[in-house]
Amino acid sequence: MDLSELLEIADQERSAQKPLQIRCCVAAGCLSSNSLAVKEGLQHAVTEAGLNDTVQVCGVGCMGLCCQGPLVQVHRPAEPEHPGILYEQVTPEQAPAIAASLQSNASATTQPSLQQGDLTHPFFTRQRAIVLENSGKIDPERIESYIAAGGYQALCHVLREMSPAEVVTAVTRSGLRGRGGGGYPTGLKWATVAKATADRKFVICNADEGDPGAFMDRSVLESDPHRVLEGMAIAAYAIGATQGYIYIRAEYPLAIHRLQLAIRQAQRLRLLGSQIFDSPFDFRVDLRMGAGAYVCGEETALMASIEGKRGVPSPRPPYPAERGLWGFPTLINNVETFANISPIIRNGADWFASIGTEKSTGTKVFALAGKIRNTGLIEVPMGTTLRQIVEEMGGGVPDGGSAKAVQTGGPSGGCIPASAFDTPVDYELLTQLGSIMGSGGMIVMDQSTSMVDVAHYFMEFCRDESCGKCIPCRVGTVQLHQLLTKIREGRASLADLELLKELCDMVKHTSLCGLGQSAPNPVLSTLHYFEQEYLSKLVHP
Amino acid sequence: MINIAQPQKAKSTASRHPSGDQRFKMLDATIKRHQYQQDALIEILHKAQELFGYLENDLLLYIAHSLKLPPSRVYGVATFYHLFSLAPKGVHRCVVCTGTACYVKGAAALLAAVEQSAHIRVGETTPDNQLSLSTARCLGACGIAPAVVFDGTVCGHQTPEQVRDRVNDFLGRC
Repeated sequence: MDLSELLEIADQERSAQKPLQIRCCVAAGCLSSNSLAVKEGLQHAVTEAGLNDTVQVCGVGCMGLCCQGPLVQVHRPAEPEHPGILYEQVTPEQAPAIAASLQSNASATTQPSLQQGDLTHPFFTRQRAIVLENSGKIDPERIESYIAAGGYQALCHVLREMSPAEVVTAVTRSGLRGRGGGGYPTGLKWATVAKATADRKFVICNADEGDPGAFMDRSVLESDPHRVLEGMAIAAYAIGATQGYIYIRAEYPLAIHRLQLAIRQAQRLRLLGSQIFDSPFDFRVDLRMGAGAYVCGEETALMASIEGKRGVPSPRPPYPAERGLWGFPTLINNVETFANISPIIRNGADWFASIGTEKSTGTKVFALAGKIRNTGLIEVPMGTTLRQIVEEMGGGVPDGGSAKAVQTGGPSGGCIPASAFDTPVDYELLTQLGSIMGSGGMIVMDQSTSMVDVAHYFMEFCRDESCGKCIPCRVGTVQLHQLLTKIREGRASLADLELLKELCDMVKHTSLCGLGQSAPNPVLSTLHYFEQEYLSKLVHP
Repeated sequence: MINIAQPQKAKSTASRHPSGDQRFKMLDATIKRHQYQQDALIEILHKAQELFGYLENDLLLYIAHSLKLPPSRVYGVATFYHLFSLAPKGVHRCVVCTGTACYVKGAAALLAAVEQSAHIRVGETTPDNQLSLSTARCLGACGIAPAVVFDGTVCGHQTPEQVRDRVNDFLGRC
């Protein structure tokens, strides 16, 4: 494979495109709303109407507005700037109506029986797609579709025109920070592993998206798996690795299937394997399935799990960058981090650095869920305020309610009250508010949600998921959970509340890994902003 | 896949010895494909559970022997991860998602509905072996919360009534 062959595949794929495309979402959210039957119905209706020469029905990845699925979009490839028409909650019975609308002038026709989506809504217009640029546009099960969208050209460019050190410099200059939660500068991590001298090095993609309420990694893997593979290959070249692993949750069967397919396709075209793009660079990727342990999102526990052991964390240092998988230097990044790499190479580090805020560059994908009208996936530039996300894009709380708080960062994060909604979203500001960016789950809560219940819920989660290796986490989360139960049931005194605070502090500062260190966060943040709710449940002497 | 997909029903009476049961042959093929590497233990446990429905002690010993691992290590791994089950599951499976989005939208009521109508708690199977109830931490289907997985199919926007009907269906009640 060389560049000309790659471009030829892209040309072939583009010239095979028909003037009209009907895109049907086949990511997990819409699939569970029966979108496969919709897709088959559309194909059947198009054939019936004799439109096979001009209309192509294709399955694509997530279009974002998951609550309105199954989603179908009519698109004209010749007019890429035109947003097309979005149909929501499509049923297989509506397929003939959609096919019929294509026979006349599609952009002007409105079928009364179909529910049409408003593509001028802030939900769509406020977004800036970098990670999700192909999501909902390409067929995730065909590598040709990804190549036609410019895929693997960044890898080719890197292998032919750039030295590993230049790649690391580009990533550093882009200002990209780890999208898994911590926000550690990606370039710095790459440079550390690149500097390490060892016979072997590894690249690991952390796809163990365990945070309840987060589904962006799953969506990226289901909608555009090749982008992650390409990002990993570029990383491997930059740090000098030849073997990569994707550690993925077994709860995501569709993502696993599409990744397996993508790896096979890339190997067949020799975009993975040995002598990629006729260069001396070899890179293999293997999948490793998790088995349902939240703690395996923590990097040292994740590596133990890849080695086939119980997923218990180990103390750091040594960091994985020095001594990781089987004792070799290892680079671990999250799915979304890898998905950002090829656009950075393609468009340049300065382009990426110009998006977002000064210290948090680029965009972030958020999973909006909970008590909000538009649930789904959004990608916004860093620095967008919570109000813009919740009220404008999310459409606020349904049924006339008002938002009380937003929970970000899952069990490691915290609740941000509505009074702080004007805060721009970036790593530092969220930390100042007592929460974290986390992997990007955003759960909106309305007035009916009790914050004590929320804290209790997250503590129960952490208690169940604690691996049990270190005592502060194993025993502390149990005690915290019991105290919260006591408060919730109205049996606690002021002394219990003091004990709760003390214990939070102890667990936070003495636990071995991130799970225990962050477990008290939901309690602390709800205590900080909603202390009255706790006080009102206490027994008064 | 293991959590959500329906496992093949265990042929209970057949010989569990490698020579008698075809499923051991398939397990051996997987072990071989992983070149007897000890670090493939989790992958092999996944395959074993897919084939047999659950991981009984004999099966764990067999895997330990094949990979030349101490049985304590295999048992330790099998009990550490939530998706591995050491007890048989019912014919039908109901998994209620208890992720934050589902929680906020009333997953507790769904869970209570199943528990009440099937008279079992989370992690249990009905005495007639028809239904197993479990919870999932997050299915990642937050857009359609609250979600329940019935026999491997994710169903969104569930209400307690819908869930109760489905459970009655599984238990053969009208």
